[in-house]
Amino acid sequence: MAEILELDNFVCDFKEDILTRLPAANLDLCFTCGTCTGGCPASEQFGMDPRKFLRMLLLGMDEEVKKHPWAWVCTMCARCKTVCPMEIDIPKMIYNVRGSWPREDRPKGIRGSCDQHIRSGNAMGVPSEDFAFTVEDVAEEIRAEHPGFEDLQVSVDRAGALMALNQNSREPVTEPDEMGPLLKILHIAGVDWTYPTVMWGGENYCMFLADDEGWKYITEEFVYHIENNLGCKLVVNTE
Amino acid sequence: MRKFNIPHSFEFKSIIELYADWIKDGTLKVNSDWNKDLKIKFTIQDPCNIARKIGTDKIVNDLRFVLKRVVGEENFIEMTPNRSNNFCCGGGGGALQAGFPEQRRAYGKVKFDQIMATGADYVIAPCHNCHAQIEDICEHYGGHYRVVHLWTILCLAMGVLGDNERTYLGPRLTKLNVLERRQVSDE
Repeated sequence: MAEILELDNFVCDFKEDILTRLPAANLDLCFTCGTCTGGCPASEQFGMDPRKFLRMLLLGMDEEVKKHPWAWVCTMCARCKTVCPMEIDIPKMIYNVRGSWPREDRPKGIRGSCDQHIRSGNAMGVPSEDFAFTVEDVAEEIRAEHPGFEDLQVSVDRAGALMALNQNSREPVTEPDEMGPLLKILHIAGVDWTYPTVMWGGENYCMFLADDEGWKYITEEFVYHIENNLGCKLVVNTE
Repeated sequence: MRKFNIPHSFEFKSIIELYADWIKDGTLKVNSDWNKDLKIKFTIQDPCNIARKIGTDKIVNDLRFVLKRVVGEENFIEMTPNRSNNFCCGGGGGALQAGFPEQRRAYGKVKFDQIMATGADYVIAPCHNCHAQIEDICEHYGGHYRVVHLWTILCLAMGVLGDNERTYLGPRLTKLNVLERRQVSDE
């Protein structure tokens, strides 16, 4: 006969630890209905799914939970949380599981992009001067070659501009011509805008890495630059 | 900013909302005449961050408004499910760089099937993670759709898209409505 488990005797340190940080995550309220898992595209990868993962946490299987690679296959898309009748915050649970991994053991690709962002303001590690050069170079080519855009203007770090634009670093780095259509639209719309060069990358790998400190630093630097150096009233994300 | 309680006085918007405003007030003069006879079909991948995680469908509804105006209402095909009930493409959360490509692609198979079911020629994916993942699963599972940025189609519809700005367009659109570039000597 199977062994009867006495739930009251379980030691669930990791769950308690997460709950002190996320009191509203409702982790204890799961009644295993499986709605989360039914609509989760990451279900069955590595033989895991959101319900099972939460169950392991609730059973105190801390070591298994903390090293299970599924935490990096789940994309924290929040579909599970949205449909959960008990409003259990599975994505934030996963974020905390990721954060429990020693930083050096977290996926190299994500870590590298986060480190680049902290160092240079974008995940691809491009120096701000190169970004500024590319922006002007693309604009110059449009002015010279594209009829109707002879007056197209771009700027970086222009104090007093109404709008600051942040953009994924992929275009300026790998396909600068793809910036052209956006610059043209802003020109036609007659927008008073500028590119900030501090933490200008629209991506955020420190968030994916669950690096609170890095994420906070990036955000603070960006906000400081906009508020104190540029004074823009509007920040616009291109994605 | 919300997570870390960082005070700020600026407003934060998605450019999609501005596109919609500019089309409504006549700032951007777009139409879908270019696609009247071609009837090229478009669908939308709603990025989780602007669909589900912000708690309102405002941006994804603006996205539909913009796209319908530039490709023609009859040429827009809704993916199922969509908006805040969409499925993540599998490229989010750092998955593209997490080092588990096999699992990422198995995850993305759901999205691939949803896209194929629309029969669309183009997917608009206004998120770079979605964009890269949806291209990758197309190649991996042998699909024929293409993934494009909204700004490309907007400029195409305004007749200001140069031949050098068509990386993501397929053969039927590479020569359509091209803004002829001036020849500039390299002296």
